[in-house]
Amino acid sequence: MVGIGGEPGHFSVKVLEMARYIDMQKCISCGICAEKCPKKVPDEYNQGLAKRKSAYLSYAQAVPPKYAIERETCLYFKKGGKCKACEKFCPTQAVDFSQTDVEKDISVGAVILSPGFKPYDPSQYTAYHYAKLPNVITSMELERFLAAAGPTQGHLVRPSDHKEPERIAWLQCVGSRDVHHCDHSYCSAVCCMYAIKEAIIAKEHSHGPLDAAIFFMDMRTHGKEFEKYYWRARDEFGVRFIRSRVHTVDPVPGTDDVAIRYLTEDGELRTEEFDLVVLSVGLETSPGILELGKTLGIAITPDLFAQTSSFTPVTTSKPGIFVCGAFQGPKDIPQSVMEASAAAGAASELLAPARFALARKKPVFAEHDVSQEEPRVGVFVCHCGINIASVVDVEAVRDYSTTLPHVAFVENSLFACSQDTQELIKERIREHKLNRIVVASCTPRTHEPTFQETIKEAGLNKYLFHMANIRDQGSWVHMNEPAAATQRAKDQVRMAVASVALQPPLKEFDLPITKAGLVVGGGVAGLEAALGLADQGYQVHVVEKKDFLGGHARKLNHAWTGEPIQPYLDDLVKRVQNHPKVEVHLDAAITNVKGFVGNFVSTVTTSGRDTEIPHGAAIIAIGGHSYKPQEYFYGQNPRVMLSLEMDMALREKNPLVTDAQSAVFIQCVGSRIPERPYCSRVCCTHSVENALQLKELNPDMDVFILYRDMRTYGTRENLYKEAREKGVMFIRFSVDDVPKVEQTADGRLTVTVRDHVLGRPVTLEADILGLASAIIVKDQLDLAQLFKVPLTNDGFFLEAHMKLRPVDFATDGVFVAGLAHYPKPMDESIAQAKAAAARAAVVLSQESIRAGGVVAEVDASTCVGCQACVGVCPFGAITFLEDQKVCEVNQALCKGCGTCAANCPSECITLFGFSHKQLYTQVDEALAELEVEMEEAAGA
Amino acid sequence: MAEQEFQPKIIGFFCNWCTYAGADLAGVTRLQYPPNIRVIRVMCSGTVSPHHVLRAFQKGADGVLIGGCHIGDCHYLRGNYMTIKRMRFLQDLLKFTGFEADRLHLEWISAAEGPKLAQTVTAFTNKIKSMGPSPLKRLTAKAA
Repeated sequence: MVGIGGEPGHFSVKVLEMARYIDMQKCISCGICAEKCPKKVPDEYNQGLAKRKSAYLSYAQAVPPKYAIERETCLYFKKGGKCKACEKFCPTQAVDFSQTDVEKDISVGAVILSPGFKPYDPSQYTAYHYAKLPNVITSMELERFLAAAGPTQGHLVRPSDHKEPERIAWLQCVGSRDVHHCDHSYCSAVCCMYAIKEAIIAKEHSHGPLDAAIFFMDMRTHGKEFEKYYWRARDEFGVRFIRSRVHTVDPVPGTDDVAIRYLTEDGELRTEEFDLVVLSVGLETSPGILELGKTLGIAITPDLFAQTSSFTPVTTSKPGIFVCGAFQGPKDIPQSVMEASAAAGAASELLAPARFALARKKPVFAEHDVSQEEPRVGVFVCHCGINIASVVDVEAVRDYSTTLPHVAFVENSLFACSQDTQELIKERIREHKLNRIVVASCTPRTHEPTFQETIKEAGLNKYLFHMANIRDQGSWVHMNEPAAATQRAKDQVRMAVASVALQPPLKEFDLPITKAGLVVGGGVAGLEAALGLADQGYQVHVVEKKDFLGGHARKLNHAWTGEPIQPYLDDLVKRVQNHPKVEVHLDAAITNVKGFVGNFVSTVTTSGRDTEIPHGAAIIAIGGHSYKPQEYFYGQNPRVMLSLEMDMALREKNPLVTDAQSAVFIQCVGSRIPERPYCSRVCCTHSVENALQLKELNPDMDVFILYRDMRTYGTRENLYKEAREKGVMFIRFSVDDVPKVEQTADGRLTVTVRDHVLGRPVTLEADILGLASAIIVKDQLDLAQLFKVPLTNDGFFLEAHMKLRPVDFATDGVFVAGLAHYPKPMDESIAQAKAAAARAAVVLSQESIRAGGVVAEVDASTCVGCQACVGVCPFGAITFLEDQKVCEVNQALCKGCGTCAANCPSECITLFGFSHKQLYTQVDEALAELEVEMEEAAGA
Repeated sequence: MAEQEFQPKIIGFFCNWCTYAGADLAGVTRLQYPPNIRVIRVMCSGTVSPHHVLRAFQKGADGVLIGGCHIGDCHYLRGNYMTIKRMRFLQDLLKFTGFEADRLHLEWISAAEGPKLAQTVTAFTNKIKSMGPSPLKRLTAKAA
C-alpha cells in the first residue's frame, strides 16, 4: 500500500503489486518450475535454515497455492535474459517474464491494518554471541527445527553438527523488557508461553531424555488455561524453570557446546553447559510497517505500535483506519483473532449502509431429476500435463474405467481443470445423459468446488460427484513405481465410481433468520456488543440482572493507560439507552431458550413477568466478580481492601487512604493456587496503577507490592518500570511461603514476608493493605445449560477453539465476550465485545441460513431411540423426540462430521455423501481383487 | 521361481481436514511412500465406525491406517476423541479374534505434516510386510 486519499467510507488506496512472473490463472501449482530452476537461495520461511529456488511457493500451504519468481535472485534477471528453464518446462505456459509491477487504485470504505510483527534480531546482544556461535539460535529457528515441514522434517538437531541436543536452554526476554540492548522496554507478551511450548515439544521430539531449562525473570502465563500448561511443563514434563537473567553466554572450548553463566536466586554465580541455547526473541514493528504508518498518517506510540485508546482498541488516530494484531501491541493468537473480528466489526459499523452493495448473486441453474434413472457415470482421467501422465498410465486407467459397472463414458483430458475441459464436461453430460461424474486428477480439497460448479451448470446436483486423487496421492508420491501407481489409480477410480453410483442428489434449503440479537449482561462487554450490533442496523435486546447498566466498570477509576473510565461509561450507557435499535431489560433474567441459530426464542423474566423474545444470535457477557477472601482480615478490618474497593477509596478520598503513610499490596489472593489454577490477568497491572496513584498522592508513602510473578504483560510493562522508578518496592514471595498479616490492638496491620533478595523475613507496616483477589464467574451454570454451551473447570465459558475461535461457541449463533470468558482488562473486553458483535452480525446479515448438503439424517423407522448419537454430537444438533421415541438431527446445526453415524449401533444415521453403504463399498472395491484371489485360493 | 515379496493391501481412512491434507502435502513436496495403501476420504476420523474397519479386515485387508487431526485440532472439536475410544476397543477386539492388534494403526497427522504422513505410511507398510498376510488369508488358504 503506497498511498491513500479520500475519507472514511470513500478511500482511494494506491497498491503496488509486484510482478510474480507467473500467470495465476494458468499456474496449476505442479511445482515443475521450482524443480527445474537452477538457482538456490536461502528459504526465509525456514529462517534460512534450508534452501529454496528462485521459482518458489512461499511455503507448502500458501494460499493461493501459486508459484512466483523472485526477481532479485532469478538468473534470467541477473544474467540478462538467459536460463528460462521454468518457462521451458512449465506445462501450462504460465511463466510470463514480460510482467511488470503494477500500481492499482482501489476504492474502499475502510482500511484494516494487520501487518504483524518482526521477530527481534538478537545479533546486537554481543554477550549472547548469536551471530558467532552456531548453537545459539532464535526461538523462530527452533520452531522450524521442530516442524514436520521444516528443514529437518521435525528431527530435533543443533546446527553445528546436526547432533540431537540433550541439553537445551531458553533465555527469555531477548529484545523485550530491555532498554540497554534495544529500546524495547515493553514485554512481548507471548515468549513465556512459546518457550514452554517449545520445551514440551522438544522433549516429545527427543529420542533420549532431554534437559530443558528456561531462564526467565517473571513467568507470564496470564492467558486462559496457560497457568495449568506451565504447571504441567514443570511437574509432568520436568522442564526446569530458573529465575535468572543470564548475563553471559560462552563457547565451551574444544566443543560446540555453550556455557551459560548466571546468578541463582540465592546470589550464587553458577555455570551450566548446554548443547543448544535458544533466545526467546521478542516482537517489534518493522521499519517497513512504520513507513506504511507514516504514509497513512496514523499516530505511533513510543514503543512503535499503532496508537489506540483503551475504549476504541482497534481504531487508529485516523478515522476509517483500523488496526488489529501485533501492530497494535505485542499479543498472542487469541487476542489477535479477537481484534481481527473487532476491526471487521468496526469497519462494518462504518460501512453498514453499503452492505451487499457490491455483492453479486450466483445464478441459479435448473436441476435435472435423476432419482428415477440408473446411474450413468462419466469418468474424466486427467493427465495434468505430465504431472500424472509421466508416472501413471492414464490411457490404461481410461480403458480400465470403461469396464466398470455404471460407467457410460470415459475420456482423458490434458488438464481437467482448464476452462475448455469444464465446457467439455458439460457437453459430455448432455450428450451422453451422464448423471454422475468422477474426475481422476488432483485433490478434492482444492478442486472439488470447481467441478461441482461445472456439473451444477450442466443441470446435475453438485453432490453427484466424486474425485479420485491420482496426483497428490498418486503420481507424485510413487514416482519411481509407475506400474504400482497405475494400479493404485485404477483402484481409486473403481472406489470412486462405486461410491458415486450410490450417491443420491442432496438437497440444500434455506431457513429464515430473525434479524435481532440478544445480549445477556449489561456491563461494558454487553453494552459494547449491543452497540456494535445496533450500529450495524440490527435490533438488540440487552438483558441485565441488576437495575442499572455498567456493571463492575462503575467501580473503576482509570484504564491502565490512565484514561478515565466514568465519562466513557456514562456516554456508553447513554448511547445504549438512546439507541432506537436497543431495548434494555433491567432486573431481568433469561429463563428459557428454544430454537437454534437464526431462530432462537428466549424467555426474559422481569419481576415475575415473562416476555418471549425472538432473536437470531445471542452474546453471553455476564461478566465476572471479585473473589472475596477469607484470609488477611478481609471484611474484618477496614484497612484491608480489594482492588476495586481501593479504587473507590481513592475516588472518594477516604482518609484511610489519603492519610496513609504505608501501603502494602498482596498479589494472587485466590489466583494461581490449586483451587483456582489460573492467573486473573488484570491484578498485577491494577495494583501497580493503584500504587502509582498512592505515590502521586504522597510521594513519601512506603508502597510495597508483594508478588509471585509480575505479569504486566505487553506495553503495561512500562507502568511497572515507572512504579519502580518512583520508588514502589517489589518483593517476591513463593506460593509455599505466603505473606503473613497481623493486626495490632489499635487495628493497624503488619505484613511479614520473606524477602527474596535479603533471604530473610521482613516485617512491613501497612496503613492500608490492598488484596489483588481473583476474578471469578457466578451464576453461569443455568445460562450455560439454557444455551447448551460448555464451561471450563474454572467456571468460565468455553469457546469453540481457544486460539482460532475465541468468541464463538461450538453451538452456532451463540457468542461470548468479556470476563465471562476469562479475566481481562477493559480494552480487551471491549475488543472481544466488538468481535462477538461482528461474529453475530455474520449470522444476522444473511438473508437465510443454508442448511442441508453433507449432513446427517436419522432414519426414524429404524431408530430405536437409544440416544447414543445425542451425547457424541459436539454441536448439540441432535435431539431426542420424547413423543416419537426417536432422535432427530437439526440440519441447520449439523456440521457433517458423521460421528453420530459412526456411533449409531443400528447404523440408522446416514451422513450424506459418506454413507455407511458408500464407505463399505469403497472398502470392498479397494480389496476387490483380493477377494477374487481369496476365493480362488479357497476354491483351489 | 524366486518368491515374490509380499505386497500387503492397506486401507487408509483419512480425515478431510488434517491427514488427507497432509497426504496432499506429501505429494506437493514429492515425498515418496509405498503404493500399497488405498485411501478413503472421510470428513472426520470420527466418521469411521468400528464396522467400517472390521469390514476391511473381513475383506482381507492386511492393515488399516486411520489418520485424524491432533487432539485439540479436530475440525469438529472432539471427533478424534471418539476415534481413540473406538480404536482402542477395536484393537482389543482384533486381538480377541486372533488378529495382531498392530494391524490397526491410528496416527494424528496435521495438514502441515506431509513428512509425517510419508513416514507413517512407509513404517506401517513395512511393519505389515514383516507381519505377513492377514491371518484371514492364512485361514482361507488353510481351509482350501
